[in-house]
Amino acid sequence: MTPEERALFEKRRRARNIAILLVLVALSVLFYFIGMARLLRA
Amino acid sequence: MSDTAMEPGQGGAAPLPASYDMSEVGDWIALLKPRVMTLVVFSGLVGMLVAPGALAMHPVLAGTAILCIAVAAGAAGAINMWYDRDIDAVMRRTARRPIPDGRIQPNAALAFGVMLSVASVTLMWLATNLVAAGVLALSIAFYVFVYTMWLKRRTPQNIVIGGAAGAFPPVIGWAAVTGDVTLVPVLLFAIIFAWTPPHFWALSLWAHDDYARAGVPMLPVTDGARRTRRHILAYTVLLAPLGLAPWAVGFASGAYAVVAAALGALFLRHALAVLRDAQDAEGRSLTRDAPAKACFRFSLTYLFVLFAALAADRLVFGP
Repeated sequence: MTPEERALFEKRRRARNIAILLVLVALSVLFYFIGMARLLRA
Repeated sequence: MSDTAMEPGQGGAAPLPASYDMSEVGDWIALLKPRVMTLVVFSGLVGMLVAPGALAMHPVLAGTAILCIAVAAGAAGAINMWYDRDIDAVMRRTARRPIPDGRIQPNAALAFGVMLSVASVTLMWLATNLVAAGVLALSIAFYVFVYTMWLKRRTPQNIVIGGAAGAFPPVIGWAAVTGDVTLVPVLLFAIIFAWTPPHFWALSLWAHDDYARAGVPMLPVTDGARRTRRHILAYTVLLAPLGLAPWAVGFASGAYAVVAAALGALFLRHALAVLRDAQDAEGRSLTRDAPAKACFRFSLTYLFVLFAALAADRLVFGP
């Protein structure tokens, strides 16, 4: 793997990790609010 | 892909600036067919808005239901792209998609689609009810197994029966609010079901070379352009009165009926223009399919305006 290919790979891996982190945080927030909404409705 | 095979220090390369490249994330989003998602989300939202009790629904739960409809549509699209990667590669319109272009591995796309399908149905169940989650699961299964795997490559009626998959969102939206499925969501389903054939056949009239190359038996490929033009008109004749059905059953006001009648008349006019387009002996257009392209564009306007009119009608004149 050339340094350029490796740089590209690392950039893409970092982007993928950031995207997964954002999705997980968003899901956690969503589950919290769904839980609150259902509790309030009950 | 194994990260351990490329640990820093191997190969003697110097550390490179840490930044990120979002193009791969863009490819994953492209797998979800975001343009198709727009119509799905809109029709699902209208299904929710016109349902009794919609305004009393908690906005977080309503937003989650819409998110689930969008993600489920995207998930089904990703599985579709996985299954159809061979024909996507030979069609000009789809050759640059992430899988045929080699930017995403097929099995990764399949796993992504299955994971999102399960997540969207589970989340819908948690946020709303089992009926909405069940219909959502049914819509994914219908699109993947009935349309993509069974009908698409076997029959020119593929988009007639397969069109049902795209007609589910208003039913899901309605069920998310009420927990049941009654006559009105079934009518909304029927409207989209009848709208799908003229919409796709108008597109396939000018894209039939692509479909023929890929071996997809779209109606213009198997039966010719002339017969396709007649079929477009036939389904538009069916669709125009169906658009009035919410008014006929007393669900919408006369104002909606006026809009629906005008839209139906305009759609019929476009379908007639497609039928009367200047053609050669085999029914191929001599005008570069200008009427078919106009009909395709109008079909999108038709559905958006009709459903927006119904939602506005219920919000203004509804109980």
